[in-house]
Amino acid sequence: MIRDPYFETLPREELEALQLRRLRSVVERVYHLVPFYRRHLDQAGLKPEDLRTLADLERFPFTTKQDIRDNYPFEMFAVPMEQVVRLHASSGTTGKPTPVAYTARDLDTWGELMARVLAAGGVHRGDIVHVAYGYGLFTGGLGFHYGVERLGATVIPVSGGQTRRQIMLIQDFGPTVLCCTPSFALYLAEVGREMGVNFANTRLKVGFFGAEPWSEAMRQEIEQQLHLDALDIYGLSEIIGPGVGVECLEAKQGLHLFEDHFLAEIIDPVTLKRLPPGEMGELVITTLTKEAFPLIRYRTRDITSLNYTPCRCGRTLARISRIRGRSDDMLIIRGVNVFPSQIESVLMEIPGVAPHYQLIVDREGHLDTLEVAVEVDETVFSDEVKQLQRLAQTIESRLKDYLTVSVKVRLVEPRTIPRSEGKAQRVVDRRPKGGVSS
Amino acid sequence: MKVEQISVFLENKAGRLAEVTRVLGEAGINIRALSLADTTDFGILRLIVDKYDLAREVLKSKGFTVGKTEVVAVEVPDRPGGLASVLAVLARAGINVEYMYAFVQHSGKNAVIIFRFDNLDEAISLLQKEGIHIYKGEEVYRL
Repeated sequence: MIRDPYFETLPREELEALQLRRLRSVVERVYHLVPFYRRHLDQAGLKPEDLRTLADLERFPFTTKQDIRDNYPFEMFAVPMEQVVRLHASSGTTGKPTPVAYTARDLDTWGELMARVLAAGGVHRGDIVHVAYGYGLFTGGLGFHYGVERLGATVIPVSGGQTRRQIMLIQDFGPTVLCCTPSFALYLAEVGREMGVNFANTRLKVGFFGAEPWSEAMRQEIEQQLHLDALDIYGLSEIIGPGVGVECLEAKQGLHLFEDHFLAEIIDPVTLKRLPPGEMGELVITTLTKEAFPLIRYRTRDITSLNYTPCRCGRTLARISRIRGRSDDMLIIRGVNVFPSQIESVLMEIPGVAPHYQLIVDREGHLDTLEVAVEVDETVFSDEVKQLQRLAQTIESRLKDYLTVSVKVRLVEPRTIPRSEGKAQRVVDRRPKGGVSS
Repeated sequence: MKVEQISVFLENKAGRLAEVTRVLGEAGINIRALSLADTTDFGILRLIVDKYDLAREVLKSKGFTVGKTEVVAVEVPDRPGGLASVLAVLARAGINVEYMYAFVQHSGKNAVIIFRFDNLDEAISLLQKEGIHIYKGEEVYRL
């Protein structure tokens, strides 16, 4: 279902004309209202008038997470505090959170985009939506919450944690829609199995999973175990929260970006040059309509590619491929770039291997080592040593083929890898900091 | 003629074997025979117990990965060459022994050896034809 047939199916030329109009207006605003952007553009010798076509944007400097940190807490806001009606923040890995602001109109836009997201999965009035994303400073919970209400469906604001109670609510309240991280979806399935719950007997029909990278194989796993259609949703708090893009139920092939509000580019994270459609690189987003916290060419650190081919759902909006990882999560193992999500997709292709794994990176002498801990459950367990050794060798050789670096597989007992009720902690890097990483 | 054996996946780290035996002991389960196959990274504990279903249940509830395998309990004369005579019969028929281990207790004058074969049914009928005694499951659990 398409909630906004006008904006979601605009012919490309009209969409680009709209983007240019909005882009010129936002650059004009930040130049005059945000001291950071004034300095940034002046240093680059640019004026807002230099932006005559969409292609001119490539000459403008990037905005990074570090820029936002340097302007902590509120220096990047483009409106006075009297106009800010909501603050959110992303968890800071360095101690301080990254605050983001919304005007009343920003919240209105966000709610509308989240209503578009839900509609893309066939959700409508009468549906009951179980929101298990965290509520609070994190944008996940409240983002979905307002989208559901805007759509006129029923929201159950469960938030994170208390897994067994969540499963009880899914059985008793009969939600038709589930929203959570993909790792929590698998955890729900696992705990549900233990409780003897057959998800085929629940009313769940569709789920929106995001906030961490996941794989096609993981989608199949979630769909089989929870008996629903699993859709990928994309967003980040700096841009608006969830609701930047979503997969449609019709194709399930790439996430439609709401390009009337966000302008997307893909760059090479090393050379910083723009890459053509189809090539994998870092996603860079410019917000076109945000009032309180507009960002120009924000480096998301997310690795993906852009696809402009028409989609069978009828939307003309470009699609990004599944997020392959984050440019900062990229591990450099003996000089080779490795994304945790690549390892995950290899593991998921091997029958019986549980989707719970952990990567342990270490250094022996001057050599990086990569160990993958994989849980042994009853589907792969054998009482013969050689069978288990063969399993470990199969995983090792497939990973070697795929990554081109050798990997040691360690079989571990079930439930020994830490489970998350939020984002998964997949990587433990024990290499000494500050050294050369290749 | 087959005996049910429980196998348990163990990581090579301190206290895991102790934990298995503690769990079984607390549930009042007696271990009749056991063997541990180990590699540098993990081990496989194989057990014959007096209460198979209960043992499986309590181990699973403690989060262990538990498997079930059918094995054969063979009576072997307790004298020099006793085991060799049994193995010779199997070798002639081309039956492969995957693994074997001895029972803790004797049955009368003879030893009891647990065997896992690649072809279990063929091995059973062959041994019986040769007049070698094979224990029934219930006999073994109560031995």
